[in-house]
Amino acid sequence: MNNSLIIKKDTKSENTLQIFKTIIFNQEMVLLLSILFLLIVVGFINPRYVSNRNLISLFLGNAYIAVAAIGMSMVIISGNIDISVGSLIGVLATISGTIAEAGFPIWISWTIPLAIGMFINFVMGILVAYFRLPSIVVSLGFMSILKGGLIMFTGGAWISNLPDGYALSQLRPLGIPMPIYFMVILTTLTAYWMKMSPLGRSFYAVGGNSEAARLAGIQPKLTVLKVFILHGFFVGIASVLFSTQLSVIQSTVPPYLELTIITASVVGGVSILGGTGTVIGSTLAAVLLAAISSSMIFVNLSPFWLRSAQGLLILATVLADLYRRQRQLNK
Amino acid sequence: MFLINDFRQQINLKNIISLHESVLLILLIFSLTILSIQSDKFFNADNLLNQGRLLAEVGLVALPMTMIIITGGIDLSVGSIMGLCAIVLGYSWKNIGLPLEIAIIFTLLIGVSSGAINGLFINRVRVPPLIMTLATMAFFRGLAEGISKARSVRGYPEWFYFIGQGEILGIPVQVLILALSIMIFSYLLSKTVFGRSLYAIGHNEVGSRFSGIPVNRFKLYIYSLSGLMSGIAAVVFVSRVSTTRSDMGSGLELDVIAAVVLGGTSIFGGIGSILGTVLGFILIQLLKNGLALTGVKGDATIMVIGLVLIISILISNLLKKFYPTNS
Repeated sequence: MNNSLIIKKDTKSENTLQIFKTIIFNQEMVLLLSILFLLIVVGFINPRYVSNRNLISLFLGNAYIAVAAIGMSMVIISGNIDISVGSLIGVLATISGTIAEAGFPIWISWTIPLAIGMFINFVMGILVAYFRLPSIVVSLGFMSILKGGLIMFTGGAWISNLPDGYALSQLRPLGIPMPIYFMVILTTLTAYWMKMSPLGRSFYAVGGNSEAARLAGIQPKLTVLKVFILHGFFVGIASVLFSTQLSVIQSTVPPYLELTIITASVVGGVSILGGTGTVIGSTLAAVLLAAISSSMIFVNLSPFWLRSAQGLLILATVLADLYRRQRQLNK
Repeated sequence: MFLINDFRQQINLKNIISLHESVLLILLIFSLTILSIQSDKFFNADNLLNQGRLLAEVGLVALPMTMIIITGGIDLSVGSIMGLCAIVLGYSWKNIGLPLEIAIIFTLLIGVSSGAINGLFINRVRVPPLIMTLATMAFFRGLAEGISKARSVRGYPEWFYFIGQGEILGIPVQVLILALSIMIFSYLLSKTVFGRSLYAIGHNEVGSRFSGIPVNRFKLYIYSLSGLMSGIAAVVFVSRVSTTRSDMGSGLELDVIAAVVLGGTSIFGGIGSILGTVLGFILIQLLKNGLALTGVKGDATIMVIGLVLIISILISNLLKKFYPTNS
């Protein structure tokens, strides 16, 4: 009687410890704590880092990466990858600007990029799902096509005389920049949808084991196609957020943009092998990466070392995640 | 009817790899013909040898990349290793004051160790190659930027330019280096236990482990080789353009992967050949050059290469369906 009571007590305390551990060792939590840690430490060294102005510009300049990473996470979860996303954002931003400049209603210049993004990704999805071409090859090809097409079309010229009211990203309802609303709302809705809806769950199933998913009555090909179309939708939104954040649209996107987006997904806990991960993780990771690169300026690190520090941090996050997973496997 | 059957049989005798290679060869001859009709400057020895100079760097790196992709891996960090090596070469010669010969050897050592870092992490920590090399792609480029601080190094001694600008018997030196490397790599890949094991690893890594193939050691070798060849490519590149900058080789990884994939190496591993890769990078360079000569702008050329990449993979995939083989 006494003994069993003691055992019961032990298992109970172990259980709470277990729950505590799963909360702490959760990738999203690790990311959140890292963000807070970074804000506190760097804020302590240089208080201007945590000033309202810096935090807002940090989100403003990077929310589109988080939005694109939502789509990217879906693609990676389904077991594919898209390295053309940076070029596509550039192309869609230019299309959006050109439409606005030509005098069409503003809402058309905001929605056409979504449609074109979905169409281009639809084509990629067809090639990947129905013609069984590897997604890395298809998107490599599309990257060349889009990049070449963009420079050929614009000739490197910037679009500068944009109409009033076009700058969606510069709107500030309740003092908070628009991109932050997009980032938070889209992430929350998508995370919920991917957890709760049959289609969202089928993305995981196809990425985890395509054959098993097929036997369970899911159509893998159609699912992959849907993933790509949805991805195109998110890339479209990201490109509008990107094109409207400044008063000019450059014909280039930041270098290695596609890698930044993939990195956000992967650091956010989306396994490159498919089947696991959440979009909350990828959004937190996008915020963390942005906070890291911004923090380097505030701790007076020479900008020349910035990229190598970023590389090390990516590696550290991935290693921490792998370590966590191996521990889980060993249990 | 009889003829078709005969044709089908003939194709069946060959394996998929040579099927893809023949598609490439036909594509190559086709584009050569069209381009030489379009421009009389295209098909002459001077121009073609000059193109050899330009494709050497991509070619050198594409050889170990073929091996890596055959094992089912990938190396995105090659462009950054090339940038790092270029900076190390310039810095150790100009700022540390090493003799240039020693600096070159030191550079190649840095190249090998950069590749070995990739290999070690992929082996020991089991980081997927895509992620590992994505991280080191940023890391090595960052090191190059940090060491160089945006300064370029110029004024190398005269003999150094021989590697990238000189010629032996009318053939550019780097084309000879490339030709020698092609021979070594195709021997390694097709005739040695090491090379054949790479295919086995690509088909089934766990199976290879159980059948006694030293999977980890071989993977370490190929990533180190990739670092070494990126180092050699950096030396050739610096010698060709007579200056050193930290952004050298950016975007190289995609050109290289495009060449390898165009050459029929399966991104899923297990299938591929050096011959295919060689055809791949020659085709890309000739298209770039030929289109430029016929008056197409550089950016449209990138588009054409993207299209060729997708179409060639599509065609060989469709052919595979119509002429299935046992392999």
